[in-house]
Amino acid sequence: MAETAVKEKEPLFQFGKKERQLITDPLNDNNPITVQVLGICSALAVTSLVYPSFVMAIAVVFVTGFSSLFTSLLRNYIPKQVRMIVQLVIIATLVTVVELTLKYLNYPIYKQLSVYIGLIITNCIVMGRLEAFAMANKPWRSFLDGIGNGLGYGAILIVVGIIREVFGKGSLFAGSPIEMKIIGPTADYFINTADSVWFGWYANNNLMVLPAAAMFIIGILIWVQRSYNTKLVDVS
Amino acid sequence: MKEESLWYIFINASLINNFVLAYFLGICPFLGVSGKMETATKMGGAVTFVMLISSMCAYAIHALLVAINAEFLQLISFIVVIASTVQLVEMFIKKMSPALFRALGIFLPLITTNCAILGLALFQTSKGYGFFESLAYALGAGAGFTLALVLIAGLREQLEFAEVPAVVKGTALTLLIAGILSLSFMGFAGLGS
Repeated sequence: MAETAVKEKEPLFQFGKKERQLITDPLNDNNPITVQVLGICSALAVTSLVYPSFVMAIAVVFVTGFSSLFTSLLRNYIPKQVRMIVQLVIIATLVTVVELTLKYLNYPIYKQLSVYIGLIITNCIVMGRLEAFAMANKPWRSFLDGIGNGLGYGAILIVVGIIREVFGKGSLFAGSPIEMKIIGPTADYFINTADSVWFGWYANNNLMVLPAAAMFIIGILIWVQRSYNTKLVDVS
Repeated sequence: MKEESLWYIFINASLINNFVLAYFLGICPFLGVSGKMETATKMGGAVTFVMLISSMCAYAIHALLVAINAEFLQLISFIVVIASTVQLVEMFIKKMSPALFRALGIFLPLITTNCAILGLALFQTSKGYGFFESLAYALGAGAGFTLALVLIAGLREQLEFAEVPAVVKGTALTLLIAGILSLSFMGFAGLGS
């Protein structure tokens, strides 16, 4: 009896060690892209520039967080047989909200991301977290878990985006208000390769802009992560 | 824009802009199922079939939504239709051929969350294809998906005999190989012009 009484008094929004772990775990040990290998599709397709990847990351964090929250709130009312369709409808509603908001706020980026915003619905991370976590846990913790996984996904997206844009185009955040020109052949770049003694040989690597580069980079990222974090080696 | 022939749409979806290797749609089954040749071909067949049906449904729904001026419902209605199509196909196969049903196993329901199918529906509406063009597009996309799956499955079967370091084994290696495949598929880019 005493135990149940204590449990009921548990505050609704506590943020202790366990909750912090829900956020930090997906960033490295249980990263959705490099360890669970979910949601690779959009990670490969949108990352040729940093700015769209950044927008995509925010959109995914929003969708994973709130779909986990809503599913968890409704989890006792969803019949087992139709739970897939219910989850899909929740996700699709959130994605529609994101899509329309983005269309209103920033039309060029919306055009650039095109169908990949809509494809957040079928991003396996969202569905996977709903099935594995939100259906069995309290709303607050599910929300944190969703946010954590979204962040883990977003972190990889931005890392890949930075690598591809710096080596492929010589710039950072192209198309955004804080565009930075890092390396290139004219005077407005930070490192001017045209009259530099050290970087005269440098040319942008066009391979990085091609879709194939994303596969190489994520493959190499998994490789690097596994060599630092040896307990991941025999997972797959 | 020039008029696109059905043949061109088919070749475009299957080779030039291969769904897996150029658009990166459906990578999850691509990595998960491509271990064995046999399952790869079966999965390819099932996906092509679902693509054809959901492409027809998507065409009809889009026409309906445009008629009643409710295009913001597009995403929700597409995904619900795809989910129910997959359910229907699953029941149909279970009834008609239990052996095939057992062979496909978990992959059948997973087709719902295959981005290639939703991606196909979204692409065909954004490109404004008509009914037969949509069918050709779906067929091409399915063929391209199967082709990519079979290619990588063949490579992975051979790789089992190769000695690779434990750190790259599995996903990392598959992604690197897929990258090389994707590069080689770019050679088809000249076909359309």
